[in-house]
Amino acid sequence: MDLRFNDEERAFRQEVRDFIEANLPPETRERMAAGRTPTKDMVVQWQRALNAKGWAVPHWPVEHGGTGWSAIKRFILNEEMQQWPTPTPLAFNCAMVGPVICAFGTDAQKQHFLPRMKNLDDWWCQGFSEPGAGSDLASLKCASKREGDHFIVNGQKTWTTLAQHADWIFVLVRSNPAAAKPQEGISFLLVDMKSPGITVRPIITIDGAHEVNEVWFDDVKVPVENLVGTENKGWDCAKFLLSNERTGQARVGASKERIRRLKRIAAEAPGGATPMLANPRFRDKLTEVETQLKALEMTTLRVLANENKRLGEGKPDPASSVLKIRGTEIQQAISELFVEAAGPYGLVGADPEQDRWNEPELAPEWATLAQPVYFNWRKQSIYGGSNEIQRNIMAKAFLGL
Amino acid sequence: MDFDFSEEQRMLADSLGKLISDRYGFENRKAYAKQPEGWSREIWAAYAEMGILGLPFAEADGGFGGGAVETMIVAEALGGALGLEPWFATVVLGGGFLRHGADAGLRETLVPQVADGSLLLAFAHTEPNARFDLHHVETTATKDGDGWVLRGRKGVVLHGDVAGKLFVTARSAGGVRDEAGIGVFLVDAAASGLTRRGYATSDGLRAAEITLDGVRAEAVLGDAANGLPLVKRVVDDAIAALAAEAVGAMDASLKLTLEYLRTRKQFGRAIGSFQSLQHRAADMMVALEQARSMAMYAAMMTDEPDADERARAMHAVKLQMGRFQKFVGQQSIQLHGGIGMTMEYAVGHYFKRLTVIDTQFGDAEHHLAALSEAGGLFQAA
Repeated sequence: MDLRFNDEERAFRQEVRDFIEANLPPETRERMAAGRTPTKDMVVQWQRALNAKGWAVPHWPVEHGGTGWSAIKRFILNEEMQQWPTPTPLAFNCAMVGPVICAFGTDAQKQHFLPRMKNLDDWWCQGFSEPGAGSDLASLKCASKREGDHFIVNGQKTWTTLAQHADWIFVLVRSNPAAAKPQEGISFLLVDMKSPGITVRPIITIDGAHEVNEVWFDDVKVPVENLVGTENKGWDCAKFLLSNERTGQARVGASKERIRRLKRIAAEAPGGATPMLANPRFRDKLTEVETQLKALEMTTLRVLANENKRLGEGKPDPASSVLKIRGTEIQQAISELFVEAAGPYGLVGADPEQDRWNEPELAPEWATLAQPVYFNWRKQSIYGGSNEIQRNIMAKAFLGL
Repeated sequence: MDFDFSEEQRMLADSLGKLISDRYGFENRKAYAKQPEGWSREIWAAYAEMGILGLPFAEADGGFGGGAVETMIVAEALGGALGLEPWFATVVLGGGFLRHGADAGLRETLVPQVADGSLLLAFAHTEPNARFDLHHVETTATKDGDGWVLRGRKGVVLHGDVAGKLFVTARSAGGVRDEAGIGVFLVDAAASGLTRRGYATSDGLRAAEITLDGVRAEAVLGDAANGLPLVKRVVDDAIAALAAEAVGAMDASLKLTLEYLRTRKQFGRAIGSFQSLQHRAADMMVALEQARSMAMYAAMMTDEPDADERARAMHAVKLQMGRFQKFVGQQSIQLHGGIGMTMEYAVGHYFKRLTVIDTQFGDAEHHLAALSEAGGLFQAA
């Protein structure tokens, strides 16, 4: 047991920093450091830079562009990107549908889609949730019917993140309504967003942002070669995808970056007679959350180190639920502290959709964004399997209850 | 970075685990607690034979050259067993002063006696007005010829009732709360002027109040006016060991609780089938896993040469461990219901031990304040 980063790992961290500095435009960093989401162009630029370096999808199998790195090296890359901060390689491509196609896809699907995913030539979105199928995902109703060489898809998906940018959507559909169990009649399809019959309608979240959408399917024709895995066995793909999703949700580097920024801000933010950071009640809350983050960081490293050994078992570590719960709780707690630090000027309503709305400046940008971010981040304990669902998973898979 | 145990570390964990499962069940422990000293000399001899007592000392001094990870393994195992023996007082605290502060001559004399189990040690530091401040020392050390004479009172000295020798802090210079002027002195328990009153602690271990009335010290460790860094160094080791011990106790407490949830029936079904209790148990597991991570972090940071960095890490460890162990301890009782309240059942004893660990070397609130004062863990951007 040696819990320190070794020389090779430290050298790699420096290599990552140098690469980011040389390849990330300063305006991307500035925008993200202020707490705003990157534009589509910024996300695309960064992922293509990573892909040119061979770093877009380090966790994929080597034959499809993975790097064969240890989990610790992948952690370092992610942490450095989050701390900078840089945009995250698009999760729908790299963390969700890409690994599914690597594991379940046909050779033709792999050859066509994987290179385009890595390079963000296609922007993917996720068609899982429906109005009646949230936590109980297996009760989904969006239906597909086989007609010759096509599936005909009808129904509705919701909470579809960034569907307004998307070229493709991966969809869970009910392909056999007569199956004995709801999980048994589901298929996993890849659908071109330009297909006739698809309608995207924005959903505006409480922070005012257009991040999620409804996606409607009206007699949408999907070629049978866009079925992933076996017909009616799509639930296997979904389970595989969801368990991969959770390990990424700890976002330790992002929280570190937020805490460091909050400390700088709070050292100056007015708190009455003294800055906020001099207020012991505020400072103690900050200390509490940063020590929680240290515990989460160590837990993440333990889970990742274990993942190397579990490779080939094809099963996720049940501890990934711990990461999801704690990672989201900590991010939410930090967002609350930003609100607290902002005080009265936090109520200046920022418009996350409008650039330069705050010129001339009504209040510091961080203060006007504190509440929208706080509002928006309530989603974290809901998405990716709500934190209550994670506790159900732990009770069954881990605690024997 | 590598989280795996080496072959030797695995063997240590296995052999200690076997000793405990063979000879340290909860019923054994009840019997050991009733022995005159409140713990088992036979078990102590078995630890000596296994090499547990000499483990962290350098081979040149008569030890086995173990490091922080070996100490973590032992502490976790003893935490799971609710060990009553003076391992922490003798090997971690007393041993810490020998390793970090004693000269070669003293180590050569005392380490073999610790390793073979014949010498018990204790750390006499806390005073009635000091609470958790390590620099608050009222006990005085006065130069007398080429030696030192100590006067004062030391409280809650863990296993101070049986220790053959004590490491005592006393002030050779400065005011009561000055960081400078504190020395660490080695005192024989049989020295003239030393009286002690032993008692049971709330978790069933033993401690003593010690009065020093003109006691002549056997030795001073290093500079009699600059011993605080040594005290801090040893206390940092102690915090790491306590974290691992707490993990062992939390793990055992959660296991008992899960077993109970699976078997206890009410309303015609196992109570573990109720979602409110499942979620509570899941939260306990979250706390345990986080605690385990913090104990590893603590072990890693005991070797950090920068004292300030090390101190920040240990504040963080003690703070979060305090939170986790309180949650797991309290919920273990709650999920057991009435049976968890009884002296005859183990889970309440884990709760008590976890409560005591929080108050040893500073509770969560103390370390929260200290870490906030030190600027926290992460630097501002």
